Amino acid sequence: MLDRRFYLWWVFSPMAAASLLLAQGSSCAAEKADSPGAGNSKKAEIVEQLLEPVDLINQQIRLGWRAHDVRPSRQATRGEWCRRVYLDLLGRVPTTGELDVFLSSPANTISRAALVDRLLGSEYRDQYARNWRSIWTNILIGRTGGSTRRERTNRAGMMEYLQESLRANKPYDRIVYELLTATGSTSPTEKDFNGATNFLVDKLAEKGVQATTKTAQIFLGLAVGCTQCHNHPFNEARQNQFWELNAFFRQAQVEVTRDPDNNGRIVNAMLTDVDFAGEGRSREADRRDEIVLEMRAGRLVDRDAVSLGAAPVFYELRNGQVRVAYPVFVDGTSLAEMFSKEYPDRGVEFGNSSAVRDVHRRRELADLVVASNYLELALVNRMWAHFFGRGFTRPIHDMGPHHPPSHPELLAGLGVAIRKADFDLKQLQRWMVLSDPYALSSRFSRNNAKDDPALGGPPLFSRFYLRQMQAEQLYESLLVATQAQQTVSTEERGQLKQRWLQQFSTAFGTDDQSESNTFNGSIPQMLMMLNGDLVERACSIGNGSFLDQIATDTQQTNREKINHLYLAALARQPTRQEIQICNRLLQSRGGDVAQSLQDIWWAVLNSNEFILIH
Amino acid sequence: MFPFPLPEGMSRRHFLRHLAGSATLIGPSLTLAHSLRAQATQLGKTHRSCILLWMGGGPPTIDLWDMKPSVPTGGTFKPISTSGAGQINELLPLLAGQMQHLSVVRSMSTREADHQRGRYYMHTGFVPNPNVQHPSYGAVVAHELAAQTADLEIPPFVSIGGASEGPGFLGMGYAPFQVDSRGRVRNLEMGVEASRRMDRSELLGALEGRFVRENRGSAASEHAKVLEKTFSLMTSPQMEAFRVEREPETVREQYGDTNFGRGCLMARRLVETGTPFVEVNMGGWDLHQNCFTTLQTKLPEMDQAMSALVADLVQRDLWQDTVVLWMGEFGRTPRINGNAGRDHWARSWSVVMGGGDIQGGRIVGATNEDGTKVTTEPYSSEDLMATVCKSMGISLKTSFTSNSGRPMKIANGGKVIDELFG
Repeated sequence: MLDRRFYLWWVFSPMAAASLLLAQGSSCAAEKADSPGAGNSKKAEIVEQLLEPVDLINQQIRLGWRAHDVRPSRQATRGEWCRRVYLDLLGRVPTTGELDVFLSSPANTISRAALVDRLLGSEYRDQYARNWRSIWTNILIGRTGGSTRRERTNRAGMMEYLQESLRANKPYDRIVYELLTATGSTSPTEKDFNGATNFLVDKLAEKGVQATTKTAQIFLGLAVGCTQCHNHPFNEARQNQFWELNAFFRQAQVEVTRDPDNNGRIVNAMLTDVDFAGEGRSREADRRDEIVLEMRAGRLVDRDAVSLGAAPVFYELRNGQVRVAYPVFVDGTSLAEMFSKEYPDRGVEFGNSSAVRDVHRRRELADLVVASNYLELALVNRMWAHFFGRGFTRPIHDMGPHHPPSHPELLAGLGVAIRKADFDLKQLQRWMVLSDPYALSSRFSRNNAKDDPALGGPPLFSRFYLRQMQAEQLYESLLVATQAQQTVSTEERGQLKQRWLQQFSTAFGTDDQSESNTFNGSIPQMLMMLNGDLVERACSIGNGSFLDQIATDTQQTNREKINHLYLAALARQPTRQEIQICNRLLQSRGGDVAQSLQDIWWAVLNSNEFILIH
Repeated sequence: MFPFPLPEGMSRRHFLRHLAGSATLIGPSLTLAHSLRAQATQLGKTHRSCILLWMGGGPPTIDLWDMKPSVPTGGTFKPISTSGAGQINELLPLLAGQMQHLSVVRSMSTREADHQRGRYYMHTGFVPNPNVQHPSYGAVVAHELAAQTADLEIPPFVSIGGASEGPGFLGMGYAPFQVDSRGRVRNLEMGVEASRRMDRSELLGALEGRFVRENRGSAASEHAKVLEKTFSLMTSPQMEAFRVEREPETVREQYGDTNFGRGCLMARRLVETGTPFVEVNMGGWDLHQNCFTTLQTKLPEMDQAMSALVADLVQRDLWQDTVVLWMGEFGRTPRINGNAGRDHWARSWSVVMGGGDIQGGRIVGATNEDGTKVTTEPYSSEDLMATVCKSMGISLKTSFTSNSGRPMKIANGGKVIDELFG
């Protein structure tokens, strides 16, 4: 059954009945099909459409245009479409060769599908995994997480786990399960290494508040962080829900190994599950009017704790009252209830047991998370925001009745579809990039001026919203465009990239591990592009460099050389006026073609058209 | 002629001139050393500046400015008297000697006790809203004083040693310029000669303009605007303001050889150069554990830097033209948790402000015996912002049009804290 919060969310949306049924239908569509209710025929209709998720996207997005009386922009050029597909799937621009292959194929949907299949297939498997590994690493541990040895998180370990999982296209629900239940060492050099531990290992301090917050935010699309201290002011979330979810993490324990010779730097962290003693002891104690907590040996303990039993978690209300919490999932499923049904002879408290051999709390949580509808909704919303520049809710990780989604039926429909497709991430990505709205131009049409997410209205996806490349995409694009670093080992490349990326990130140093990123169109970013080493290297005219090769290529005319640079960076030919300027540049360096090409290349790389995905 | 229609406020000649001009020819150090003071007096007459001392993480104001020594939850420190009204923490002796210039508002009462939301709210006067990105203090001030700071070639909103909040709907042109506390700005030098810069800028201008004209949304024109500002900064002698190491050693010692100390000193240099808004970050206040032992090292660092800044601004006749505001995203619980820490608490806390026409030496508002409640009129982020605007000479009747076309009152319609004036 759907819990009340979830229900409310859909009630807020205009076509509540249909989408409610849809969202429910994922696990038991067959039984629900003949359940009574007005939404039945509507539902059957939509379920039918689910057979073709691409059509569902096209149809639902079109309905939105009609409802808001806008006309979509015209189609993007083939070059633009190709460029964005490479950027969004592989995290880089296409090479001139790759672009050539696509542009010389017939202009139809078959060619498009063929390209997408290639990019998602074995040929590009490693590149695909590398790109999505950085995306997921940034989501799971942030851009700064694990980059110093003062932290428990091992960034390399996290990336290694994700690289392998994404390379194998491991189902998303499996990945989530593994991240939530992982035990073992964080460091790839340890023999019981399990990279998945790196998601939780730095989030378990201070009672696992961050583990609770990030799990809900990333995997369930729910912002529960504020409810740590108080009931949410304008949605249904209550403080007890936070601590009940938090109780699932309390068996997790981290042992840290430090290097005494090296300033106590962390060498390894080991994540295990141990019996959780509980912060108090018995139900008896929980019914007391007052629970007295005392400091003993630096820990807060219940003074009147009497006997062993269930292991509760305590939290404090704003008025100072102390309350108790046991594991209950966000949809209201409590372990005590679940277990007492399953093991009636073990008593009602069995599900709250502290012992790992009785109740493995993280595994129970992971089971509940992967079975929950929130999982697919949060995933679809996240992926949609990746490919369309804007999610169905904003922010994507705070879904609920207070943020009704812009396209509830589509969100729910894609959710059902991806669960049916066993959480195959590549499938979901394929549906999105092969849809009609993804192929629209970023230029406004005469009839969609109001469809601008910057204006605050609901996104209609009647054009492709401009967005800036991420720092990772820029880095990879420049490497590809200039064929640089081909002699450097993969590992070394990764380190160089990581070092370069760090210049843009600042951690706020707060317990929520928040951070800011100056790769956001700010002056430091511009300075890096204009004068920084990355672009300087890309503009190198040293022997054998990209520009040198073009400059010394006797097969190409100057005009062709200019074309080559434009295609490599912008996936288009220069305009007549641009050719004129380029020709002047070619003359002004006294015939030094390499230097002229350097100036042209520098200008192209620094343009808005290059850095913006359009 | 190049067809080069750039966004409003961006002339082609400007664009080219900046790119062609060379910082090395101008001799920045010489120019600035001679002109800083002269400029200061001149600029001081035309506009005021604001320095926000941002205490990231949420400082325990109950241990600093509104001490409760008589209750068990009041912490371990003793209060001392100051040159103004009221008492403050004994670890702030230098500030105690400057409190005739600063006033404490003890009746802050807000609702956002989450770092991100609190940071946003205290910087903008608005709670986070999915449909609109509100501009932060720095962006608002920079925007409002744009006409009076037309000669400023460096960004009007500088954030030292931390990130601040963004410009929201005012656009990336008002984004905080983030530098570390040593003022190192990376990638300032363009390694090619002037004639090639000219050539490059011509093509870049054409590309930039064409893409803007294709009508793809504001991201394209924002890029062009920031590019223009970047060129302006690259060649400006005003960049010298960031070179905090050029200060005499005695001055640097006064501020303290710490990140916050250098940041405060740089803030003074920037204000002298005419920067309307400078934010100096001092993080590490998220004291869920070991609150009191941590304060033993944090407070002296803060004491030295902040007191030096106030004294220096007063001594240089900049105080009446500079508004200083000390705050974090919230305070910390009047209760002490099991780890000898204090958790997030927004319901009753303090901020400190002075400068401009704000009266120093005052205590505004009060909390109850154990600091859990504000007992006088409570003040909000909006009120604080209105107060800062008033003392900066920015009209509270100002209203922005967000890009959705909705009018939005400056400081979200907050009311000025009258007790700080007159």
